[in-house]
Amino acid sequence: MAASKKVRVATLWLSGCSGCHMSFLDQDEALIDLAQQIQLVYSPVVDVKVFPEDVDVTLVEGAVANEDQEELLKFARARTKVLISLGDCAVTGNVPGLRNALPESPIAVLNRAYIETADVNPQIPTDVPMLLPKALPLHEVVKVDFYIPGCPPPAGLINWVIGRLMRGLPVNMEGKSKFG
Amino acid sequence: MKEIVINPITRIEGHAKVTIFLNEDLTVRDARFQVTDFRGFEKFSEGRPFYEMPSITSRACGICPVSHLLASAKACDEIVAVKVPTTAVLLRRLMHMGQMIQSHALNFFHLSAPDFLLGMDADPATRNVFGLIEKQPDLARQGIRLRKFGQEIIENVAGKKIHSSEWIVPGGAKWPLTAERADYLKSNLHEALTTTLQTITMFKGWFSSCTEEMETYGDFPSYYLGLVTADGGLEMYDGNIRIVDSEGNIVADQLNPDKYMDYIGEAVEPYSFMKFPYYKPLGYPGGMYRVGPLARLNISSHCGTPLADQELKEFKKLGKNGIVQSTFHYHYARLIETLFCIEKTKELLEDPEILSERVCRKVYVNNSEGVGVAEAPRGTLIHHYKVDPQGMITKVNMIIATEHNNLAYNKAVTQVAQKYVKAETLNEGMLNRVESVIRSFDPCLSCATHMVGQMPLEIQLLDSQGKLLDRKIR
Repeated sequence: MAASKKVRVATLWLSGCSGCHMSFLDQDEALIDLAQQIQLVYSPVVDVKVFPEDVDVTLVEGAVANEDQEELLKFARARTKVLISLGDCAVTGNVPGLRNALPESPIAVLNRAYIETADVNPQIPTDVPMLLPKALPLHEVVKVDFYIPGCPPPAGLINWVIGRLMRGLPVNMEGKSKFG
Repeated sequence: MKEIVINPITRIEGHAKVTIFLNEDLTVRDARFQVTDFRGFEKFSEGRPFYEMPSITSRACGICPVSHLLASAKACDEIVAVKVPTTAVLLRRLMHMGQMIQSHALNFFHLSAPDFLLGMDADPATRNVFGLIEKQPDLARQGIRLRKFGQEIIENVAGKKIHSSEWIVPGGAKWPLTAERADYLKSNLHEALTTTLQTITMFKGWFSSCTEEMETYGDFPSYYLGLVTADGGLEMYDGNIRIVDSEGNIVADQLNPDKYMDYIGEAVEPYSFMKFPYYKPLGYPGGMYRVGPLARLNISSHCGTPLADQELKEFKKLGKNGIVQSTFHYHYARLIETLFCIEKTKELLEDPEILSERVCRKVYVNNSEGVGVAEAPRGTLIHHYKVDPQGMITKVNMIIATEHNNLAYNKAVTQVAQKYVKAETLNEGMLNRVESVIRSFDPCLSCATHMVGQMPLEIQLLDSQGKLLDRKIR
């Protein structure tokens, strides 16, 4: 099959642990079959550095926690037909969202790590992307087409969703997934 | 000042960029490795019950969740002040071997091999694991199956491949291993061993064509730190800390990991969310040390399994007094550790105690503080908790494997940039070499800043007033 006929898939890693990406890789030998049908055009495991045009499916792991992630997500949304929230952090905010409940997030978390527990040069780093006041689930920032919950979602489920989408079949998640 | 920015660094676990600073004559003056996201585990865990900590901190990292589960559970073991049942220790160790095997296989096959097998200057659109599947399907399949073997050890012991936090509990583990599951894992040992031995042979075959990389990929003296057994052997779950200098002298030995604050300090720089640990007696930044596979083999006199010990002898010949300095050899060290872990998996599965059903004690809060230390795939991992009498967390400090190497990263990227980056004739392959030395370290930045993120690569050439001279995007 010519490369141009393949479904163009991207994966994004925002504020998360990469566990959803690892679960994607846990498709194991099914990845070899998948390689015949999809082209991974942008991903942490791919060296393309700018999110490309005309992406068919984008899987997004992680919450939106800093200004760079917010910008990248909006940029990717504009260039993607189907955008999927992959995993609990993307779907609900989950672990990165735990800081949202603190009265002075994000200053409280930054102080703890970079002032209180530092022996030399205690300071909050400045030449880095600014944290947003709260770590947000994707749908608070952009339109989301599908949700795959799980921490992480099982590899088989990821494979099933991609397979259905590629064949243009409806994706009914009912009874297929759970949080955690 | 003129600078070149590589952003993001890809095929690593986490979000980072590199900024290369140029002199007036456009030669490379310095380079910085910058980590760009942060989540804040140390703060938001406060006020939560201590027994939630393994489950929460596992989510620091999807690549080495088991290391966090272990370090966290060990800190909790100290809080409840019990001796963990023998079988639970064996099972925790077995799970840890699975973690090492899958993580090392991931770095080698899925992330780094495209550089070696497809080429440093290969098309960036296909220089990845899918490109590898297309060009070398048999090798890619072997690598995928080796990683799967490691993941299946974790799944069979603890119920789930990633974030198997239901199983590990303070004082032990929730359920024993069944004979069927042990037999299944045993049946896959042979293939994993064969793949690893073949890969080691293949990798050593590249040495003669990689001499330049060996000499310039972060080849510099530093201290090395990690856990060792009581007799100085390779240790990943228990043991005490040893520190060795670049000449092979043991500068500190059998340090109690609980007292890590006496000898490890943490510094902060404004350009990175990753902190800079240093060896306190030498101060900052002079107390630069490295951790992880290269460091562990440098500080260990032996592995303790036959095939890995044989390979360790060859490894030690690569350096003076058995100390191998080149960051390139993290790859070789990782493969030797994989071999060790497969041999150790066999040993653990054949231990008659492993199938015992006594794996947990009933536990209560007995101490107000606990420190848990384990060797994560990327180096020494420290969890430190304080609790109130009800067991609610009052303070958390975590020092993550990848952080220890922060000073060394900056040194290594500078060395590679000075060798390969020519600002007048900038090309993608030059920059990929800078990224490649980072891949040798195998950083896990989701862990390191208890964080993560990602952006396009943009290379900017700025003049001394910060005016844009040239711009490249790939």
